Amino acid sequence: MAAPRRVTVTSPRTTAARSRRVAATQEIDAQSAVGDAYMRSLIRSQLRLALVVLGVLGGLVGLLPLVFALLPSARDTDLLGIPLPWIVLGVLIYPALLALGWFYVRQAERTEQAFSDVVERP
Amino acid sequence: MLVSVATATIGAFGLRISRTTSDFYVASRSVGPVLNASAIGGEYLSAASFLGIAGLILTYGADMLWYPVGWTAGYLVLLVLVAAPLRRSGAYTLPDFAEARLQSVRMRRWSGLLVCLIGWLYLLPQFQGAGVTLRTVTGAPPWLGGVVVAVVVLLNAVAGGMRSITFVQAFQYWLKLTAIGVPLVFLLLVWQRDGAPTVPMQPLSAAAEPPHQLYQTYSLILATFLGTMGLPHVLVRFYTNPDGRQARRTTLAVLGLLGLFYLMPTVYGALGRLYTPDLSGTDTVVLELPGRMIGGVGGDLLGALVAAGAFAAFLSTCSGLTISVAGVLSQDVLRRLRLGRHAHALGGIAAFRVSVCVAVVVPLLLALVGADVPVANAVGLAFAVAASTFCPLLVLGIWWRGLTDLGAIAGLAIGGVLSGFAVVMTIAADPPPGWPEALLSQPAAWSVPAAFATMVLVSRATSDRVPTDVGRIMVRLHTPEHVNVDRGPEARHEADDPTVGQRSPVRSTRTDRRS
Repeated sequence: MAAPRRVTVTSPRTTAARSRRVAATQEIDAQSAVGDAYMRSLIRSQLRLALVVLGVLGGLVGLLPLVFALLPSARDTDLLGIPLPWIVLGVLIYPALLALGWFYVRQAERTEQAFSDVVERP
Repeated sequence: MLVSVATATIGAFGLRISRTTSDFYVASRSVGPVLNASAIGGEYLSAASFLGIAGLILTYGADMLWYPVGWTAGYLVLLVLVAAPLRRSGAYTLPDFAEARLQSVRMRRWSGLLVCLIGWLYLLPQFQGAGVTLRTVTGAPPWLGGVVVAVVVLLNAVAGGMRSITFVQAFQYWLKLTAIGVPLVFLLLVWQRDGAPTVPMQPLSAAAEPPHQLYQTYSLILATFLGTMGLPHVLVRFYTNPDGRQARRTTLAVLGLLGLFYLMPTVYGALGRLYTPDLSGTDTVVLELPGRMIGGVGGDLLGALVAAGAFAAFLSTCSGLTISVAGVLSQDVLRRLRLGRHAHALGGIAAFRVSVCVAVVVPLLLALVGADVPVANAVGLAFAVAASTFCPLLVLGIWWRGLTDLGAIAGLAIGGVLSGFAVVMTIAADPPPGWPEALLSQPAAWSVPAAFATMVLVSRATSDRVPTDVGRIMVRLHTPEHVNVDRGPEARHEADDPTVGQRSPVRSTRTDRRS
C-alpha cells in the first residue's frame, strides 16, 4: 500500500523576508551552522585559556629541574639561609599554583558569562 | 584506635541519612563546595603523602620534593582541562563518561577494567603503609595494620556508602592537617632550643643519587601532573558538585588545601636528615621523629597523634578508592555475571555491598603476599598508569570531536600495556640498574606520549566512526548549566538501575531559576 505523497503546505509569502529572529540557543539546538559557530567559539576560547595556563605552568615549573641540573650555582644559592631548590619546591611553588588556578577560574567564568550573554540575548 | 572509632561513628551517622542508591554513589550531588574540597583533600592525601614523602626527602633530598609538587599541580591540570566539562557530562564514573562520550558499551567495559586495576594498584601500598605504621607504633606483626584498615573501610562503605564517606573524608582532611601540624610546632621549638642547627641539604652519603635523575624527575612530573585526573577516586568526587562552575571553585579550594598540607612533610623530612639520618630508606620518619626529638610522655602523645593521622590517611584514601572500584564492579561486572536479576530484586545496594567486599579483599591479599616497594614509589606507579590511560581519554574526549571508540580503546590498550608492563617489571622483576631501571620505574615519559599518539592516529584512521551526535555531546560538556539548550540524553547509569528514580533535582530547577 503506497503512502500518499507528502505535500508541503506553505503560505504564498515564502519569499518575504523573515521577521522572526531565531534565538542563539535554538540555533545551537538545531545544530545549524550558526549554532555550531557559537559552540566552537566557546570551546576554542576555553581551550586557549587552558593552554595558556598550562604553558605558564610548563614554563615556570617545567624548567626548574633543568635549571637546577644545569646551573649548580642555582642549587647552592641560599634564600633566608635555605638552599634555593628547597625553598622554591618546598614553599614558594604552592602559592604560585594557587594564583594560577585563581586566574584560570576567573577567566573561565568570564568566558562563560560572555557566552551566555550572547546566546541568551532575547 | 580513636580514629577508627570516630570514622565508624561518622559513617553510622551518615547511614541514617543515606537511603537511595543515588546517595550511595555520589551523595545526591548536594554537597557544599567547602565540605567537598575538604573531602577531596581528605581522600587524596594518602599514606604516600603522609608518610612516604618525608621518608623519600630524608633519603634522597630536594629532588623528591617533586612528588608533593606534582600531586598538587595535578589538580591545576585537572582544573583547567577536565573539572567543569566532566561535571557537566553528568556521568558518575569514568566508564559512564567513556560510554556517554563515545556511544560504545565496549569502551565502558575497558574503562571499568582499568578503574579496577588502577584502584587496586593504589590500594596496595595503602595497606602496606598501614602495616608499617602499626608495627612502628605497637610492634604488631606487619599484616595486622592492613587488615584493620580493610575491615574499617569495609564496614563503613557497606553501611553508609558515599554520603557518609563525604562527611568522613572532610573530617579526615582536618584531622590529618592537625595530626601532622601540631607535632611539627613542638618539633620546631625543640630545633630552636637546640640553636637551630643547619640541616644537611645535600644527599645523604648512605643513599647514592638515583640514576638518570633528570629523566626520572621529568617523567615523574608528567605522571603526577597528568595522572591525577585519571585516578578513579578523584573523579568520582566531581559529581558531588552541583554544577560545573562549583566544580572549578571546589578544585581551586583543593589546590589551597593541598598546598597547605604539603608544606609539612617537607619539614619532617628535613628535620629527619638532622636528627634521625639512620631512618634513611624507610617510611617511618614522620612517625618516629616526635619520640626521638622530644621523648618522654609528650613525645609519646605527639607520636600517637601522628599515628592517628597516618591511619586517617589510610582509611580515607582506601574508602574513596573502594567506593570507586566497587561502583564499577557492581554496575558493570556483577550485572554481567547474571547476579543481576537477583541484585535488582534486592535493590542495587546489595550488588554494591558485594562489590565493596571484592574491591577491598583483592588488594589486601596482594599486599599480604606482595613485594615491598616504598609507599610513595608504588603510588607513583599508579599515577603513571592513570596518566597513560584515562588522561588521554579525558583530554581528547573533552576537547577533540574527532575521537572515536576504536581510537580510544587502542590508546587505552597501548598506554595500559606499556605502563602496566613497567609496573610489573618494577615490582616483581627488579630490572637491571641504569637506564632499564630508570625507564621502568618512571614509565610516564614514554608511555603517555605513546597513548596520546595511538588515540589520535587510530581515531584519524577510523574517522567514519565519530559518534553522530558528537555536537550535542560537546554542547553538554561545555555549555554553562543555566543556558537553556538541548543537552541530549543523560549519561547512562541509572537507566539500568530502577532503584534510582528521583535523582538530581539540581539540574532541572537550575534552568528555571534565571527566567
